[in-house]
Amino acid sequence: MEVNRQILIEAIWETLYMVSIALFFGAILGFILGITLVVTRKGHILENKVIFSIVNPIVNIFRSIPFIILLVAIIPFTRLIVGTSIGTTAAIVPLVLHVGPYISRLIENSLLEVDDGIIEAAKAMGATPFQIIRKFLLPEAFPSLILSVTTATIGLIGATAMAGAVGGGGLGDVAITYGYQRFDNVTILVTVVILVAIVQLIQSIGNIFERKLRRVG
Amino acid sequence: MIEFRKVSKRFVTGKRTITALEDVELTINKGDIFGVIGFSGAGKSTLIRTVNLLETPTSGEVLIEGKNLQKISKKELREEKKNIGMIFQHFNLLNSKTVFENVAMPLLLSKHTKKEVEQRVLEVLQFVGLEDKVKSYPDQLSGGQKQRVGIARALVTNPSILLCDEATSALDPQTTKSILQLLKRVNEEYKITILIITHEMEVIKEICNRVAVMENGRVIESGNILDVFSNPQTETARNFVSSVVHDEIPQSVYRLMEIHNGRSHILKIDFVGLSSGQPIISQVAKKFNVDVNILFGNITELQSIPFGNLIVEVVGDSIEVQKAIDFIQSDTVNVKEVLGHGSKQTNFDRSNLGNVVHG
Repeated sequence: MEVNRQILIEAIWETLYMVSIALFFGAILGFILGITLVVTRKGHILENKVIFSIVNPIVNIFRSIPFIILLVAIIPFTRLIVGTSIGTTAAIVPLVLHVGPYISRLIENSLLEVDDGIIEAAKAMGATPFQIIRKFLLPEAFPSLILSVTTATIGLIGATAMAGAVGGGGLGDVAITYGYQRFDNVTILVTVVILVAIVQLIQSIGNIFERKLRRVG
Repeated sequence: MIEFRKVSKRFVTGKRTITALEDVELTINKGDIFGVIGFSGAGKSTLIRTVNLLETPTSGEVLIEGKNLQKISKKELREEKKNIGMIFQHFNLLNSKTVFENVAMPLLLSKHTKKEVEQRVLEVLQFVGLEDKVKSYPDQLSGGQKQRVGIARALVTNPSILLCDEATSALDPQTTKSILQLLKRVNEEYKITILIITHEMEVIKEICNRVAVMENGRVIESGNILDVFSNPQTETARNFVSSVVHDEIPQSVYRLMEIHNGRSHILKIDFVGLSSGQPIISQVAKKFNVDVNILFGNITELQSIPFGNLIVEVVGDSIEVQKAIDFIQSDTVNVKEVLGHGSKQTNFDRSNLGNVVHG
């Protein structure tokens, strides 16, 4: 059986659409949560036990729910946000909730790598907490943040494969419905090759940016 | 002026309480280069951080120009911090920014025009001698250059106080000297009061006019540098002083004494103050019937005043030698016989030797 080119091209667009929109909102969510996790922790610039002990477990809960479960579990919430629970757009809501907490942990790690001395210098200059985040922490962690977002994007591509469960389409859906369920190994192979190519491309772009920013090589 | 009034700081970790500072009383005058020396863990790092409230005292108060910064609003405090520059042992520069951007940072935190910033940044970079490194990144600079960037960054807001937290501890001796000379210029040309904490007596000797010695969170000794160096009151202070002013008697002198005997006397002459500019040795040789032979000497300069000691061999009659000793002895010169024929001080000084050698 021949792979339908039209279907594949459509699936690539669906995947890219879901990944880019989910990444955009997921990154916003992830940055907010990640920065919160860093600055509210003990001894940091906006130490706040209450906020930290609320945000921290929430992130853990979302991180531990398998995506396929999350996808169906939040259907009512999805309907509330985008008006429907089926289709590509509907898949984006659970994707954001899945990747946001993931990105927040990566960002948390990147920000914690910044030398405490930088924060001390900023405080000595009389910087406000917002200025410390904006002008010291984020610029210093920027190369590492780029790598974090790259990693998250690749994780997101994997998650979109499950979007078929709510009619989201995409390459993963094609591999399952046209390949796996019809015993069509060629289709499976082709979709896998395309996915590998996309992942490679994203990783390379991420690495190039990171190297440029670190001014090495 | 910085005043510490009964400043204490306690850290509570779990059930243990660590006292980092205990009842510290110190006054740092305008224009001072004030050094605080102590071993690691003595509390000096905490002390310097209470000045710009990176650490808040548990009790007592720190006054800057008579003002307690703990009692003003956060906004006012941020304003006051622009008056207190700080440099660090590990420089704490932003690696993602150029030298120019690093130095400009304190100005960018409040409203300044682009032109103002550029002018001021180039001015301070010129002062520290890095005008050709404007576009470099910190990882392209040597340690000494990084600290110069740190100093430029601290000066850019025109502060009246500069805090130096082990600023030369990560640098080699040569670079340390040049950074200290730069700090001296900062003090002289900008009239900036400098508070330095260090564990290196060399730093104190090189540029400070006053010094405090800390141990276990307390200031155990403080005063004019000449007084502390010439007459240290505590064991710790003595150890620090002997690390830069070697007043031990070298082994070679003892060996020499075993050869000479009879008419030879060994004197140790301590100089404190201006008298070392006077030709004491040659006067002694002229006035009395003795021969003077300099065996060992260690004269250094503190605050442009010569300071140190000479170990001389005086050969002659005991009576003549005694006359010579009486002649040399004065307010600013202290002389004692170290090792002579039948001298009782011999044993004393030998036992002292082991004590000072390790410093």
